[in-house]
Amino acid sequence: MKQIMNILKRMPPSALFGLFVIVLNLGVFFLAPAIAPYGETEVVGDVWLPMSPDFFLGTDHIGRDMLTRLIYGARNTIGVALLITFIAFISGTLLGLAAATLKGWVDQILGRLVDIVMAFPPLIFALMVLSVMGTSVTVLVVVLSLLDCTRVFRLVRAVAMDVEVMPYVEAARLRGEGFWWVMRREILPNTLPPLIAEFGMRFCFVFLFISALSFLGLGFQPPAADWGSMVRENAGAITFGIPAALWPASVIAMLTIGVNLVVDWMLNMQGKSAH
Amino acid sequence: MTRAMKRFINNPIVKMVAQRLAIGIGTLLVISGLIFVGVEALPGDLAEAVLGQNALPETVAAFRAELKLDLPAHIRYVTWLGEVVRGDFGNSLASGKPIADLIGWRFKNTLFLAGTTALVAVPLALFLGMLAALYRDSWLDKLLSISTLTAISFPEFFVAYILITLFSVKLALFPSISSITRDMPLLVKLHTITLPCITLTLVVLAHMMRMTRAAIINVMDLPFIEMARLKGISKRRIIFNHALPNALAPIINVIALNLAYLVVGVVVVEVVFVYPGLGQLLVDSVSKRDLPVVQASGLIFAITYVGLNLTADVLAMVSNPRLRHPQ
Repeated sequence: MKQIMNILKRMPPSALFGLFVIVLNLGVFFLAPAIAPYGETEVVGDVWLPMSPDFFLGTDHIGRDMLTRLIYGARNTIGVALLITFIAFISGTLLGLAAATLKGWVDQILGRLVDIVMAFPPLIFALMVLSVMGTSVTVLVVVLSLLDCTRVFRLVRAVAMDVEVMPYVEAARLRGEGFWWVMRREILPNTLPPLIAEFGMRFCFVFLFISALSFLGLGFQPPAADWGSMVRENAGAITFGIPAALWPASVIAMLTIGVNLVVDWMLNMQGKSAH
Repeated sequence: MTRAMKRFINNPIVKMVAQRLAIGIGTLLVISGLIFVGVEALPGDLAEAVLGQNALPETVAAFRAELKLDLPAHIRYVTWLGEVVRGDFGNSLASGKPIADLIGWRFKNTLFLAGTTALVAVPLALFLGMLAALYRDSWLDKLLSISTLTAISFPEFFVAYILITLFSVKLALFPSISSITRDMPLLVKLHTITLPCITLTLVVLAHMMRMTRAAIINVMDLPFIEMARLKGISKRRIIFNHALPNALAPIINVIALNLAYLVVGVVVVEVVFVYPGLGQLLVDSVSKRDLPVVQASGLIFAITYVGLNLTADVLAMVSNPRLRHPQ
């Protein structure tokens, strides 16, 4: 506890702000039904009402409360983005560690496969898969985890390759420890620090990517509340001077900035401790 | 003559470039294969997907014959590839028109938008990046760093809608919809695409600037720059004669990578501004499941992307002083 307070005290204001944004979003994520004034898909008033005490941020294109939609949107958007990032991290880390520990043909094959996926522009890759498989959240999760997993793989493999030549790894090998032990107990703990910052970056990438796909109408399907599709649904009003679409868009931007600020701070810390 | 030839072939740079080219062509072949197989892997087959489950058997058979679905897959892949190389992409399922006609004009529009953006963004990014690197840790650098971080975090559509609210709703300076037509004069076209152009510039500028700054700072930290500084050489000479030639490779790489990103990143911006480009067509076709059009436009995007990445690598090799002057 004292340690955490110490770290918080030494954080620059930008990182503190980022942390605050993240905590706020996580709070909304967990408490959505408790703090939302109306139901997720409940039509409560007229179309595109302005801000008022009843509808804090106005209403959307079919008369649902904007704030409620934003709160539930946090659930869907952040939830799926976190899920994808976790899947990508676990699979990417496992494969990367395996490639670095086993080397040889495993490393070669995994490396070439990753090269192929990474040669595709990500958005085009996702669009093509979605056109073949149809648009559903499951397909979205699979495609994005695959895309993201390749980037994690590259990083983990590179870091693990450096760790792998350390004397303590050799000692463990000579001791007769198996592949699984060496990977889990010797290499993994020493590759973790750069991975935490990477987690933040990958989350931002996935999060923006999902929002973009939903905005294009190829991500979440209505009536589920999701920030990207909310921008799409309310975009038509912009030219009439109604800012409804700017709310979800600015929430997306805010969370990404928050995560990026914290990641930036972490990378700076690592850079300093490396010198 | 033969000696010169031999020297040319044995030059490590020529070898590396040739290798990289071969890898690039290989990647393109794999990508074309994947795109082909992807459509192939459709549950059921294309005929059933398009015509629906309860289509008459005769209609399905006629449709299959028209798309040559009755031939084995590898033969179809080779004929498809041959036709693509000659610029024949087949017909759209939704409109029945030849895809080449649909795509040609739109691809030109996409390149026009991306190219105009590049002309604005690249010099600006290089200038700002160098400025940030030269005045490292000053208030200017910090300001640039925070604003680029913010710009990176903004989704493209957010930037776009803010610009629309400001410049077309409040100030009425530029149109919010960039529908250009074939017979528009160049100046009108440029005026129409101002907002998408600014949006894209803001998006790539941040990346390019950060990477340029990092590349120059990396070089400036190397021992030979310190040596030059200790020898008392003027700052200008250090930057232009010592640092720049060595930072050129990463900078060129940054530019090419961002151009590649631009060509692909236009998709969202094109949809926001209803710009008649290839990205818009791709998104439309994905929601209509017009697979031949998706195949064709995806392939064109992929080729452009791979091509620009390839150019980036080749230019980086050629501009690397250590590789250009082998011992």
